[in-house]
Amino acid sequence: MSKRIGMEVALAAAEAVGMCNVDVAAVYPITPQSHIAEHLSDLVADGKTDTEYVTVESEHTSMSICIGASATGARAYTATCSQGLMLMHELLPIASAMRCPIVMSVANRPVNAPLNILSDHSDIMPQRDAGWIVIFCENGQEVVDLTLMAYRIAEDKDVMLPVVIGIDGFILTHMVEPMVFPDQKEVDKFLPVYKPYATLHPDKPLTMGAFAMPDVFPEMMKAKDMALTNSKKTIIKIWDEWEKKFGRRYNPVETYRTDGAEVILVSMGSMSETAELGVDMLRDKGIAAGVAKIRLWRPFPIEELKAATKGARVLAVLDRAISPGIEGAPVYTDVKAAFYDEKDRPVIVNWLIGLGGEDVTGEDFVEIAEKALKAKKGEHEFLGVR
Amino acid sequence: MSIIGNYDLYAPRLIDKKEYLASGHTACAGCGEALAVRLVMKGLGEDTIVSNATGCLEIFTTRYPTTAWEVPWIHVAFENAAAVAAGVESGIKALRRKGRIPDRDVKSVSMAGDGGTTDIGLQALSGAMERGHDMFHVCYDNEAYMNTGIQRSSQTPFGAWSTTSPPGEVSFGQRTWKKNVPEIMVAHNLAYVATACPSYPIDLINKIKKAKKLKGPAYIHVFAPCPTGWRMDSSLTIKIGRLALETGVFPLYEVENGKYRITVDMPDPLRPVGDYLKPQGRFRHLTPALIEEIQERVNLEVNKLKNKVNYSKPWEELR
Repeated sequence: MSKRIGMEVALAAAEAVGMCNVDVAAVYPITPQSHIAEHLSDLVADGKTDTEYVTVESEHTSMSICIGASATGARAYTATCSQGLMLMHELLPIASAMRCPIVMSVANRPVNAPLNILSDHSDIMPQRDAGWIVIFCENGQEVVDLTLMAYRIAEDKDVMLPVVIGIDGFILTHMVEPMVFPDQKEVDKFLPVYKPYATLHPDKPLTMGAFAMPDVFPEMMKAKDMALTNSKKTIIKIWDEWEKKFGRRYNPVETYRTDGAEVILVSMGSMSETAELGVDMLRDKGIAAGVAKIRLWRPFPIEELKAATKGARVLAVLDRAISPGIEGAPVYTDVKAAFYDEKDRPVIVNWLIGLGGEDVTGEDFVEIAEKALKAKKGEHEFLGVR
Repeated sequence: MSIIGNYDLYAPRLIDKKEYLASGHTACAGCGEALAVRLVMKGLGEDTIVSNATGCLEIFTTRYPTTAWEVPWIHVAFENAAAVAAGVESGIKALRRKGRIPDRDVKSVSMAGDGGTTDIGLQALSGAMERGHDMFHVCYDNEAYMNTGIQRSSQTPFGAWSTTSPPGEVSFGQRTWKKNVPEIMVAHNLAYVATACPSYPIDLINKIKKAKKLKGPAYIHVFAPCPTGWRMDSSLTIKIGRLALETGVFPLYEVENGKYRITVDMPDPLRPVGDYLKPQGRFRHLTPALIEEIQERVNLEVNKLKNKVNYSKPWEELR
């Protein structure tokens, strides 16, 4: 029987990981991920999950441990954010190219300088091209569900790629929310023991991580690109299966009041719920507004995004990370590129909001939508800059 | 696996006949590292998983789609071989406990050059050793970053030429002495730390076997002469290893549960360091005064080692 309990979201993330029969976890604590690191070690200490928990000396080593363990056929887990994710950066494209189905929770936090421990997406954006599946959560229930589904996706023979579950720091990690946890037996049925395709073991010696010259390198890159692009089908299939079993639906792009919307806010992560509040306020004022929420950041769901925003005259893309030197932040440039070949392109503007944990209110979304409606072409503006 | 002809004639029961590092790899002629790895693998046997740092060894053994490795082998990056080996060990441990792989000992071993061990890889190595994984690390010390083109490392000896420690109008070459990483490993309270050299194959294999038998972390620092980087004739690899021992430049010793022991005796008195320096082009610019400075330092280091041999006791006797 599933049960509904109130709990801090970071602890819930650890609880969900604890239900996944993880073989090896290697986690280096960093704010605001640290409650995940702590609670998972509680679960291991109490024997609630049979996991080798390696208390590493850095994030670089936590990802190295995960790759090594995954290569032996073990289910591997880690969690980090911010500087820790930046330190891991070198290893992320290796984990995906070596097809290690690792799952990593990222408690999204800004990158220095200046140091800031709150929340935005500037840690995950530099990892955009690392070849990982990246999924964003909006609330605690999504963290539980998407974590439980992550290994099913990662280990699927048609995928075999690592997965990031994005959990905005503090705004989401440190909230206490009611969440439904499925029964362990149901989880075990949904997520069976990992059966790896190739492993490091003397019974069948394999060489993993050989170096390659241009005779094969471009083909390997194409294979990696195709693997991530094609993973979308399997991700949707597994989300469909989840809905049938547990009743909660997940889509690559979620929508809120987009029917007949003239302006659509395109958001990602925890601020989406506040954006819904802003949309309600806009609708009350007689402005036809809606929200399209990107859940699946990579592979980028172009078709789903176009379908979700169909008919809108204006899109206001909300970014939580800058991309210095170009008029537009990462989500904006991708969204804009996606619409280039369309005959009736919407006006697409860009707003940099919630940087470094800046509080974004419903009123802010009203202001953004109203300004966006007046825009004639792409604009690039920062919220809260004097 | 290939079997060397007439092997039974001269090395019965001493060395595993099987080759775990196949021939046909692309190491330079006279490569001390390739020779050392071949011997290390004979000590390790087939129930081994190797985690290899980026470097010469990785490059000359695994050009895709070929491999020289007869045992499971993984390469991830430069500075993290020990961390990857720790992950391999953790994975094997968990899977064995859960009954998903056969219930037998499989040793996780990390291998790296002096760069991947004593410089960029020191943190990952220290972490792996401190946490007590059942694994060990082998450093193949060829005294510079050979794979990138002979740049200096913390193991490049005083006075040596390298492409980033060139002698010039105001420079005599490398200005620092070798960082003593075996001693740093001893400070991690490892049950076994040793130095080895392919010029003394039985000694090397015995040390690998000791480290393999141990339940827990160990460290072996292997002297790996590099004719290309040391600017010497490729026929001199074995000889230069012997000269390193006979001059006291690279003594062979082990530290077992805190007790230091010299495993291959050095002559008394030692041969002059000039005998070791002279065949190597990397030292050709050295003045008699610099050679004398090196001689004094070598004497000091040998005496420091002998002092530890004389006065250290196994931990058991100190309880």
